[in-house]
Amino acid sequence: MNNANLKQQEELQQIKQMMERSSRFVSLSGLSGIAAGTCALSGAYFANNEIMHSHSGVLLDLDTNLYASSLNGNFSIISLLENKLVQIAILTFLSALISSFIFTILRSKRTNVSVLSTTSKRLFINITVPLLVGGIFLFKLIMLGVVGLIAPGCLLFYGLALVNASKYTLTEVRYLGYTQLLLGALNLFFIGKGLFFWAIGFGILHIIYGLLMWLKYERQ
Amino acid sequence: MFYNKAMNPILHLNKVFDNRIRLGIMSALMVNDEINFNDLKELLQITDGNLASHIKGLEESGYIEVQKGFIGRKTNTTYKVTTEGKLAFNKHLTALEQMINSTK
Repeated sequence: MNNANLKQQEELQQIKQMMERSSRFVSLSGLSGIAAGTCALSGAYFANNEIMHSHSGVLLDLDTNLYASSLNGNFSIISLLENKLVQIAILTFLSALISSFIFTILRSKRTNVSVLSTTSKRLFINITVPLLVGGIFLFKLIMLGVVGLIAPGCLLFYGLALVNASKYTLTEVRYLGYTQLLLGALNLFFIGKGLFFWAIGFGILHIIYGLLMWLKYERQ
Repeated sequence: MFYNKAMNPILHLNKVFDNRIRLGIMSALMVNDEINFNDLKELLQITDGNLASHIKGLEESGYIEVQKGFIGRKTNTTYKVTTEGKLAFNKHLTALEQMINSTK
């Protein structure tokens, strides 16, 4: 009877495994989180320096030029791209994206899972749609000069993207999403402290999450 | 533990699922709207012929349905679990769980 019991438990285990493997992309590496977090922290550091050196040291004031130009109707993408903070943001985003991709590709090579699978495509779409919508929304906010909402907006849309995407990858991503949402909502009541919240959310939370995932799934 | 023969969960185990590959196909289809042949093959890591024969078995039992389509010029055959298949699989799962619980 005990042997039979073991067989059934094995069978249930197999079913569970197949359900997971067929619907989730689990090669997401913890190191990707750590890398993205590190990029975010260094980005925040440079942005902070920039703010301290330019205006009164308050994040809200940082874009008086931009704001003025948008009021005059002179707003242009070029003037936006000339802004140092925007340049830092773009560089930070790209380096975080690329470095996190690299670690995940390495991991999926090691575990022999294709990076371009149906599950990874599904994950990609589900994370991209909320982010893209958020991006357009935040872009409009910048054009209107409402800079105070940029950081909480980033956190909120990113949190939503993570909660949405967690159905298609490691379930733990959901908790990372919840914490980002909480931070973003909190930030709404501390407008002007955006960079601080942003650094915690995109920097420290990513590093903590990545470390935990690495310890749980990847350490040998 | 007392139970009469009709309650014996072994009787509810489904013969069709008494195979690792067929069980795998069903498990994957239960949590996805549809899966195509190549993805199934990669998931289960078996040959075309092997997969095709098990799919045929499930199709004949009425548990899955086949949809043939095209992506560009390439054929794309996808599989879906039928309502009947869902019921049968859930019954099988319940029986498995009961057996494990009854021997605890």
